Amino acid sequence: MFEATAQNRNNRKVEGLFRLLFLWMTCMLILPVALILGVLVYRGGPAISWEFLFTQPLNNMTAGGILPALVGTVWLVVVALIASVPVGVAAALYLSEYAPDNRLTRAINLAIINLAGVPSIVHALFGLGAFVIFFRFGTSILAASLTLAVMTLPVVIVATRESLQTVPLAFREACWNMGATRWQTIRKIVLPNAISGILTGVILEVSRTSGETAPIMFTGAAAFIPFLPQGVLDQTMAMSLHLFVISTQVPDVPEHMPFGVALVLISMVLAMNGISIAFRVYLRGRKKW
Amino acid sequence: MSLPVQVGEAAGYAIEVEDLAIRYHGKPALSSVTLQVPSHEIFGIIGPANSGKTSFLRAINRMDLMTAGMEVSGSVRVEGRDVRSWRNPYALRQRIGVVFPLPVGLPLSIYDNVALSSRLRGTRKKADLDVIVERCLRRAALWDEVKDRLDSLGSLLSGGQQQRLTIARALSQDPSILLLDEFSIAVDPVTTMRIEEVLAELKSEMTIVLVTNLVQQARRLASRTAFFLTGELVEVTETEAMFEGGAQDPRTTAYVEGKFG
Repeated sequence: MFEATAQNRNNRKVEGLFRLLFLWMTCMLILPVALILGVLVYRGGPAISWEFLFTQPLNNMTAGGILPALVGTVWLVVVALIASVPVGVAAALYLSEYAPDNRLTRAINLAIINLAGVPSIVHALFGLGAFVIFFRFGTSILAASLTLAVMTLPVVIVATRESLQTVPLAFREACWNMGATRWQTIRKIVLPNAISGILTGVILEVSRTSGETAPIMFTGAAAFIPFLPQGVLDQTMAMSLHLFVISTQVPDVPEHMPFGVALVLISMVLAMNGISIAFRVYLRGRKKW
Repeated sequence: MSLPVQVGEAAGYAIEVEDLAIRYHGKPALSSVTLQVPSHEIFGIIGPANSGKTSFLRAINRMDLMTAGMEVSGSVRVEGRDVRSWRNPYALRQRIGVVFPLPVGLPLSIYDNVALSSRLRGTRKKADLDVIVERCLRRAALWDEVKDRLDSLGSLLSGGQQQRLTIARALSQDPSILLLDEFSIAVDPVTTMRIEEVLAELKSEMTIVLVTNLVQQARRLASRTAFFLTGELVEVTETEAMFEGGAQDPRTTAYVEGKFG
């Protein structure tokens, strides 16, 4: 009846080979992540305790906890979000909903992509020049957070723009045809249906912001400050910088401490990513069209 | 009211189009269309794909402002007034209801779909909105099917129901003109007939422009029908005459007899 030709057999063999190749690559991708996590949990796990999380560092950071760094990172992230999310969402709304498709718009889009590609050390120097020196914020949470905000703006803009564009054009046209303005359409239809995607972008920004070291080194984070920041003009410790300092700058740090700090930091980031994935699942689950 | 309004209404035309041309990014989609649509009439527009029917509708409610690359020249007068003299195109669009080929149930509840237009205009009172929602859903022949689940999502209704929801939403604008763009394309024949009955009733209250790819639908509903072909208006004729062999242009006769298109 039906006879597989040589070509059929060959196609099937190639299909199998590519499937294996892609599977192999995927495993290669997961391996380093799993290794890092494994090592961190194994070697840093014993360091984690309530005392470690909620006390001050002692004896030149060779003992005690990481509270100021933990609190400092939260400050930096929150202030960076307050600065970048409104600007980023507004810019994305303009680019996606209002901007005519002309050379200027395309130039702005290109600039945003390029901004995302600027190395973080360049952002650090920009922040030092602009926020610390020019605007006279000094080395402070404010200056460091604004530097982080500038650095992560492209993340917010791109994520927001993409989630705005998942809302079908037909919905917008239906609203416009009813006499709705662009803003009314955005408020009633576009934003409510894009909000979960925007939140996903914001959470990705949080996880990126909390791990950055270079941009905050010159602008607001310090190696050791024995008290918690009281306001945005204070300097602060931060998890990422603390990890760098105790791993490379301080002698006689017990071996489990840097691993413990890294484990806490990466747990924060993973928790954030977990929330972002949960959002996406939730979003898919209640798709409205 | 200004003088042009009186002139237009005296002449009894809801829409007057003169030498209308539409281009997208410089490419012509429609050229030199001149026609009048009398008030309280169902005016049919037939023609094969790409003949400029939809573009014609978009020019009437100034969607060129929302469409990149769309240029309109010539004049379109709605109730005697050039649409480009409206400083507030949103007010113009509120008077013109539009129904699209594919039903667009907005991702809101059925109730909110129909209440949206009134809310955009500032109606907040629940009692007022209730009246509007029920009246419009009844007129669109949808009320009985959805009255028990007004809170469920409009975008999850079946195609035919969504299209009636779209019509209810258009009616909630209390429009003086209703533009229908191939509304029956995604609707079953039974629902199509129900909607056609609704349209025949609505004629006494508003002017209806019915773009359709079903020539028999134009025959059933329209008093007069325009035939568009590749961006040109071939002719406007009394519908019955057009179907009884009285068309002015042989291409029209060929099209309505199903010989091409």
